[in-house]
Amino acid sequence: MILMYAGVINAALDASVVSRLAAEESEDKITAIKQLGQTADPAALAVLKALNDDVLYVAGGRVLVIIDDKATDAATGAVLAAVPDDAEGISINNRIRATLANVIAGLRLFDADRTVRLAAAVELQGNADPDAAPLLSRALEKESDPGVKAVLSLAYAQATLGANDPAVRLAAVKMLAESSDPRHRSLLLSLTDAANEPDGKVRAQAELSLRAINSRLQLSNMVGQVFTGLSLGSILLLAALGLAITYGVMGVINMAHGELLMVGAYATYGMQSIFRSKFPELIDWYVVAAIPVAFCAAALVGMIMERTVIRWLYGRVLETLLATWGLSLILIQAARVLFGAQNVEVSNPTWMSGGFELMANVQLPLNRVVIIGFSFFVLALVWVLMNKTRLGMFVRAVTQNRTMAGCVGVPTTRIDTLAFGLGAGIAGLGGVALSQISNVGPDMGQGYIVDSFMVVVLGGVGQLAGAVWAALGLGIAIKFIEGWAGAVIAKILVLVFIIIFIQKRPQGLFALKGRFVDN
Amino acid sequence: MIRTPFIVRFFSATSRRGWIGLGFFSLITLVLMPLLHLALPEGSTFHVSGYVITLIGKILCYAIVAVAMDLIWGYAGILSLGHGVFFALGGYAFGMYLMRQIGRDGSYKSDLPDFMVFLDWKELPWYWAGSDSMFWSIVLVLVVPALLAFIFGFFAFRSRIKGVYFSIITQAMTYAFMLLFFRNETGFGGNNGFTDFKRILGYGITTPEMRVTLFALSALTLMAVLVLGRYLVTSKFGRVLTAIRDAETRVMFIGYNPLWYKLFIWTLSAMLCAIAGVLYVPQVGIINPSEMSPANSIEIAIWVAVGGRGTLIGPVLGAFIVNLAKSYFTVAFPEYWLFFLGALFIGVTLWLPRGVVGLWRTMTEKRIAR
Amino acid sequence: MSTTSTALDALNPLKKKESAGDGAGSHILVPGKLDISHKVILYLDSITVSFDGFKALNNLSMEIDAGELRCIIGPNGAGKTTMMDVITGKTRPDEGRCFFGQTIDLTRMTEPEIAHAGIGRKFQKPTIFEAHTVFDNLELALKTDKSAWHSLFATVNDEVRDRVSDTLRTIRLDTEAGRPAGLLSHGQKQWLEIGMLLIQEPKLLLLDEPVAGMTDDETARTGELFKSLAGKHSLVVVEHDMAFIEQLGGKVTVLHEGSVLAEGDLATVQNDERVIEVYLGR
Repeated sequence: MILMYAGVINAALDASVVSRLAAEESEDKITAIKQLGQTADPAALAVLKALNDDVLYVAGGRVLVIIDDKATDAATGAVLAAVPDDAEGISINNRIRATLANVIAGLRLFDADRTVRLAAAVELQGNADPDAAPLLSRALEKESDPGVKAVLSLAYAQATLGANDPAVRLAAVKMLAESSDPRHRSLLLSLTDAANEPDGKVRAQAELSLRAINSRLQLSNMVGQVFTGLSLGSILLLAALGLAITYGVMGVINMAHGELLMVGAYATYGMQSIFRSKFPELIDWYVVAAIPVAFCAAALVGMIMERTVIRWLYGRVLETLLATWGLSLILIQAARVLFGAQNVEVSNPTWMSGGFELMANVQLPLNRVVIIGFSFFVLALVWVLMNKTRLGMFVRAVTQNRTMAGCVGVPTTRIDTLAFGLGAGIAGLGGVALSQISNVGPDMGQGYIVDSFMVVVLGGVGQLAGAVWAALGLGIAIKFIEGWAGAVIAKILVLVFIIIFIQKRPQGLFALKGRFVDN
Repeated sequence: MIRTPFIVRFFSATSRRGWIGLGFFSLITLVLMPLLHLALPEGSTFHVSGYVITLIGKILCYAIVAVAMDLIWGYAGILSLGHGVFFALGGYAFGMYLMRQIGRDGSYKSDLPDFMVFLDWKELPWYWAGSDSMFWSIVLVLVVPALLAFIFGFFAFRSRIKGVYFSIITQAMTYAFMLLFFRNETGFGGNNGFTDFKRILGYGITTPEMRVTLFALSALTLMAVLVLGRYLVTSKFGRVLTAIRDAETRVMFIGYNPLWYKLFIWTLSAMLCAIAGVLYVPQVGIINPSEMSPANSIEIAIWVAVGGRGTLIGPVLGAFIVNLAKSYFTVAFPEYWLFFLGALFIGVTLWLPRGVVGLWRTMTEKRIAR
Repeated sequence: MSTTSTALDALNPLKKKESAGDGAGSHILVPGKLDISHKVILYLDSITVSFDGFKALNNLSMEIDAGELRCIIGPNGAGKTTMMDVITGKTRPDEGRCFFGQTIDLTRMTEPEIAHAGIGRKFQKPTIFEAHTVFDNLELALKTDKSAWHSLFATVNDEVRDRVSDTLRTIRLDTEAGRPAGLLSHGQKQWLEIGMLLIQEPKLLLLDEPVAGMTDDETARTGELFKSLAGKHSLVVVEHDMAFIEQLGGKVTVLHEGSVLAEGDLATVQNDERVIEVYLGR
């Protein structure tokens, strides 16, 4: 802390300006701050930072930085022998704070560190006013890094939009064509109006720049929507993959599927609690530990369900539907009794929080990126399990011809239980993912059952590839429709679409054709 | 050969035993209970309280829904998980009339329903036109849900969506409608729906006389639905319907088009639900989108399953058993109601596939055999 | 399309209809009404049906004459059932034409429409209404107005009863009329299904393994029944039972891998080299 301020206060600043920081009037303070800002002097930056952090004091007309009982003269950088008794903190209001922030950012433009300069440039770009123009132009001259320079020139353009010289304005407007910031769009929009911009050339250029920004914004909007669509699709896929086994392959309609997602999510919550109390240093990895736990928990619940209820109802699909609905009610109520009716809090580990910027205006939240990856991991897992393992072969054998499979020695009832447990476990994995992006509560599973059935139906029963395309396609379609029609209408439209789709292709996207299909 | 007039055939479809049963039922619901409620003072041992009248009246409406559900599920083998939507649409259509009957007695003293004032709407949306007329609202009740059912059913049945597919799609339908009605912009009061009704045809809605009238109307409607149902299931139409349930391809190959059979019973079933909704809303005093939640619709199926599907008395019994249990549990052990309901779903499908009526029949058959 | 179109034009009723008036000796063709003036009741022309690349029917062409009793044999997977699916509208062919008489294009019709036009079908596995009584099964199949609206007001009158009783006697189930059909023996179920076909009064009967599961006595009686039906009706019988086919004595068509391998009387096809090869393998 001390180093931060004291280390750089070496060169002398204009004492009269510094002392005005302690003036009574806010106006005077702001003027002084702005004057200091124009110096492009690291010492000025240190003083202003001190003011911002409330460690700037005034004692006997001298402005002092006092940290940890150590006083430094703000103007000269001289260290005082003792802290004066009458030192009084310099108070600042919100208006001053705003100016300060801007000015500090301006000064940071001259920092030696590239990342600091970039951050400062981005900050200034947000609210560059005409006052900042000289500073920005100086920073532009000195700047060598192309990335920072690009941001700076936009900020400079914005700052000079209001210049008196039409040529300067024209240059600024031209420059802004490079922007992808929606704020610049509205700035430019006002300049296309003769009431705001007297010069015809500038107006024409504003139109051009506006068009450039619009097309770029459209692109980024589109990329953003595709990403959120993919994200929704990956969640639908996770919810539907388990169903692809239990319903698609085994033909069991499981209305408690959403509740198996819930089991997985609560298992994640449980792991989080255990890690918090027992291994706080490893808390970031609780999610990884939750993956096998959630799988096993959900698989166990699923196998119990199969053994106790579903087993007795094979071949009676509508009855299975009702009985599993009953199971879902029991699971929901059990969750309420065990964990309370309120949602529980599951937080992202640090490596999953935040996001990265794919392009201007397109922020990808890390948790969603991770989940998209995770869904493909689970997909691969299911594919391997179903196609490359003995269990998968047995499951396929049993579903194709139960009697024959039994005759050649496949333990059909055990396979049923295992296969159902597998589907349930996959749902549990979906629950882990869900816990990272949505609320974890007793009712969380209810919303997914319809959606995941839609995915399975749309994709074609028993078709993994179909489920993938259906999930991602539905996700993206929903997000695009939401863009112009709102969430509810999107849901309804998608539903209508699926009904119409089933008219045309009753067997789904990837149809198994043949005479087996009908009966 | 003399042809029996249709009207005679219609009523003779219900057996003598059936008519005796209906006679008893009307004695209780049309004479006894209203008298005990209206004539006896509140403290009396035999006084039937307003709570009981409303509760039973509500269950009578549920019983109509259950019979409607049974016509489509028990007889045609089509399990709908979206019947709540028709019930609620009927309720909403009549609710619009009830809202207009409030007049300027709402909390904002406006001609518009309170929720519209709250949303700062200046006039009624176009689809509220005519809602101040009882006649028009009844037209809406009969037409709107039927139209929805017809269009939905036409497309679904035409493309031969059946079994679970159909069930899931109906569930998605009711879910979509619930979301739609949750929106304030839809113009049906959003989350809160319609409530605070004051009067019907100018008569106060909370008076004991009105309560008894609605109760008796519900009972009468239920009886009419049962007589109609009996005619339908004993007619050739009913035989074709059960044939579709058991072997649809055979039905097609002997020249019946299942589409129109399914569509007729499906649309009729939806209309009956809507009528039940009309009787329900003034009795409970509220209609909101949660009536369209998938959970509500699937509960209807369990009433039918508990009572015994494929019979007409079964759904009525089921509606009474489950809903009486519900009103008992939710007061006595609110924590356990869902456990009980869940267990009911599982238990009935596992051990009582033919419901209470089926159990009764097996027991009496055994006794006769002995 | 273009290369085959001239050949197909002969089969196309619409094209014919355009020129109906000018040809000498031609008569007016009514679409939708069975026309067997050319002695042929069923035309299958180059029918192809494929399921995921597998060709269940491969360029299958066949004609059935009015009043004919035709037997179809072939190893499993030869396309016998798929052929019946195409004729009855259950499966749409990818290519080819399927006409009932001269005028009725079966590929454009639904199953109930085809049934109305006069084609009845018995399935491999007997499909009857098990919960209904034997009487009700026949009453439902009876040729009458089958619209939903009519069924709401239909009554079982004496005429209906007489016609059902006649059929019951034909299929020897007159003592079982009141029993639920599900309680019948397998052979009786087969007979009931045949009865349901007869009472529809179809012009063409498609019978998929009608004597499977019957006793020898029942089989013989079924054979007699079919022979008595031929002439008035046209019959297509798919069977594996060679003795039964011999009893029926009609023309035999051998299907193999979705197309016709051989056609002729039983003795001819039995001596056909290729047929022997297909059945016995190498």
